[in-house]
Amino acid sequence: MAPLLKVKGLMKSFGGVTATDNVDLDVIKGEIHAIIGPNGAGKTTLISQLSGALKPDAGTVLLNGSDITNKPAYKRAKLGITRSFQITSLVMGMSVLDNVALAVQANDGHSYRFLKPARKIAHIRDKAMENLIKVGLRKRANDATSALSHGEHRQMEIAIALASEAELMLLDEPMAGLGPEESALLVAFLKELKGQRTILLIEHDMDAVFALADRISVLVYGQIIATGLPDEIRSNDAVRHAYLGEE
Amino acid sequence: MRKMTKAGWATMIGMIALAILPPYFLLTGQAFYVDLATRLVILGIAAVSLNLILGYGGMVSFGHAAFIGLGAYAVGITSYHATWGGFDLIASYNGLLQLILALSISAIYALVTGAISLRTKGVYFLMITMAFGQMAFFLFQSLDVYNGDDGLTIDVRSELPFINLDSPMQLYILSYVSLAVAMLLVKTIVNSRFGMVLQGAKDNNERMVTLGYNTYFYRLTAYVISGVMCGYAGFLLGNFTTFISPDMMHWTRSGELMFMVILGGTSTALGPTLGSSIFILLEEILSSITLYWHLPFGVILIVVVMFVRGGLMGLFKGKGE
Amino acid sequence: MDYTLLFAQVLNGLQLGLLLFLVASGLTLVFGILDFVNLAHGSIYMVGAFICASLTLLVGNFLLAVLIALPLTGLVGYAVERVVARKLYDKDHLDHVLGTFGLVLVLDTLAQIIWGPAGITVPLPAWLNGQVELFDGALIPSFRLLIIGTGLVVAGGLFWLVNYTRLGMLIRAGASNRTMVSALGIDIQFLFALVFALGAVLAGLAGMLISPITGTSIGMGGQIIITAFVVIIIGGVGSMKGAFIAALLIGLIDTLGRSFLDTLFALVMSENAAETAAPAIAAMMIYILMAIVLVVKPQGLFPPKVR
Repeated sequence: MAPLLKVKGLMKSFGGVTATDNVDLDVIKGEIHAIIGPNGAGKTTLISQLSGALKPDAGTVLLNGSDITNKPAYKRAKLGITRSFQITSLVMGMSVLDNVALAVQANDGHSYRFLKPARKIAHIRDKAMENLIKVGLRKRANDATSALSHGEHRQMEIAIALASEAELMLLDEPMAGLGPEESALLVAFLKELKGQRTILLIEHDMDAVFALADRISVLVYGQIIATGLPDEIRSNDAVRHAYLGEE
Repeated sequence: MRKMTKAGWATMIGMIALAILPPYFLLTGQAFYVDLATRLVILGIAAVSLNLILGYGGMVSFGHAAFIGLGAYAVGITSYHATWGGFDLIASYNGLLQLILALSISAIYALVTGAISLRTKGVYFLMITMAFGQMAFFLFQSLDVYNGDDGLTIDVRSELPFINLDSPMQLYILSYVSLAVAMLLVKTIVNSRFGMVLQGAKDNNERMVTLGYNTYFYRLTAYVISGVMCGYAGFLLGNFTTFISPDMMHWTRSGELMFMVILGGTSTALGPTLGSSIFILLEEILSSITLYWHLPFGVILIVVVMFVRGGLMGLFKGKGE
Repeated sequence: MDYTLLFAQVLNGLQLGLLLFLVASGLTLVFGILDFVNLAHGSIYMVGAFICASLTLLVGNFLLAVLIALPLTGLVGYAVERVVARKLYDKDHLDHVLGTFGLVLVLDTLAQIIWGPAGITVPLPAWLNGQVELFDGALIPSFRLLIIGTGLVVAGGLFWLVNYTRLGMLIRAGASNRTMVSALGIDIQFLFALVFALGAVLAGLAGMLISPITGTSIGMGGQIIITAFVVIIIGGVGSMKGAFIAALLIGLIDTLGRSFLDTLFALVMSENAAETAAPAIAAMMIYILMAIVLVVKPQGLFPPKVR
């Protein structure tokens, strides 16, 4: 079966630094594929090239067989990719519900509609609320986004990713900054998504990674040094060497 | 009836005042104040249009006065040729024709300059809109046939059905109603699905793009709507003053417009009109004290920018630039 | 084809370009190092011109007046930095624009109060008022040669400054590294004041050099600032090399456009149409150029690599 996402020979340099070095990566539909690696390995740069925020210097990115390598970010979203941000990226000036509603609205045809007040459109607001409930933020729906805690912002990012109904979810360190209980909740939540969505997950939290991942790829200095099942990775010498002293 | 916010009440009161006072002034023979009110209201329309892209869209344009000039010249040039001949195709006193011309030219200018300028953002966008505004200024300055720098005086105002623009009261009523419609229009747009995208893009462009919105085109659309509305203000202004000159498009006019919008408050319906009122009143008061009123005016502007916490722009700026 | 006229206009364009460079270099220096957008830069250009003009009438010697007026203009720049700019650094770019817009109003009105609404005509000494023969038939006004010479010398000086001195290293390091710069043990406040004053001197010099030709006028600052903005937009904001090339390009295109566009147009349209269209298009040419550059390269022709 062809992979949902196929990355081949991806290269990206900034000045003299090679952030992405000939990366090959396959993500199979329905799996949770984790990318781990030491700090500075280039994980966010890789995700940015997949989401369209950065243009690669060389290589190809195929989604469902079609070439999206040079497609701008907004087009990729339409094709079924959504991305959450390591440093949360939310519309701070709007309410929590507004933020998720924007994600729902994006899938509801074009938005060159000038007459009806957006906040009164039932099918959009209801759908947005559904997703908020799924991540446990129902009570915060009408609060200002700026008033929420960091952990709640992360929950919002997940709600938005869900609302976008994208097949492929690129999650950039969703556990970062979460306490142990919140992390456990998020892990349980993502576990339930398995099979319904495809998730490419960047994470540092090894407990979460080994609890969730169907397969793991290890990124070191911009290169994928190993890809495989969790147990294979756990016992891989090169990987242990790269992580010596960490975790 | 929906409950009214404080801002809503202020808007109601402001608009009622603007509806009652000028007729009162006219009846008591103080026509001067009617003129003041007319100018205030027309500039209010321009300020409302600028606020759509500046306050809600985060696009700080320093070239918006160009639209006022374009709208005014649409009236001026057509009227001139109708009086003096020389260009039969556009010679006309017909107000509706002139209006369509004003709005179309504004739309085209907004589309072309917007498409180019919106490839940039922040202060670069500002400088480029400023440059385009000056381009329009120099263009009209170079047209000797319309007196260039010395400006154009029209003998005949736009002829509109049912309305006689030679009557100060009727001109005021048209302007007032136009302002109310403009404010309503902007409010509707801002709260619509389109408006949500526009505001989201101002706050956090990266997030919006990730969601799948091509924010460039949404911004461009808002820019064109704003330009057309401002062109309409120019149409009214040209009729009001009957004297049309390139000076209407000078970048300092755009700066004054920006000052009106920001001072009046960018997140309320009445804000821009409040701003135009403050500006007109300041101008009146200061110029009655001294010929050199731009000096204290400039000082006020500097002081406001320096000491308003977070700066004037900080009052409304969001993430995403 | 009148080659003498062409040659004269090319030199004219060069002269305009170099003067534009003087103004734009100050603007881009201040933007590049201080990260400050100064709308009032044009007003300082005007103030420099007026100070020099008054001094020329007082002292009777143009060159001496320039020598005295330059540091005085630098002082004006320092005063502006101290009183206004310094309080605005920490704010948004757009606050800079609004604040310096207020400053333009203040400076322009002050100039009107001090020097009156009419401009000043600046007399040149006889030896500068003459002409020099470059090659047979080509007579160039001596003053134009002086301007071009001065412009090139200053450009050379700035090039040396940016590429071969410690200050230049800081210039190229960019304002975003304010902490790094102060970590190098350099007094940021002093550096910023110095750069601002330098920018003022450059703008003032340009104003002084042009005033014997056009006379001084209250509106001259407002006119030059937009053109300077166009120069740095085309050249790439923060880039000295970009400012130089863009300034020359604009100077040449504007001058040659105004001189020859009507002849060019007359080849393809009626003389009447050409007479109306040519000045209009000529007036818009540099903005059309800016638009083309922006479509192809939104960051300008030579954007600085580090920002």
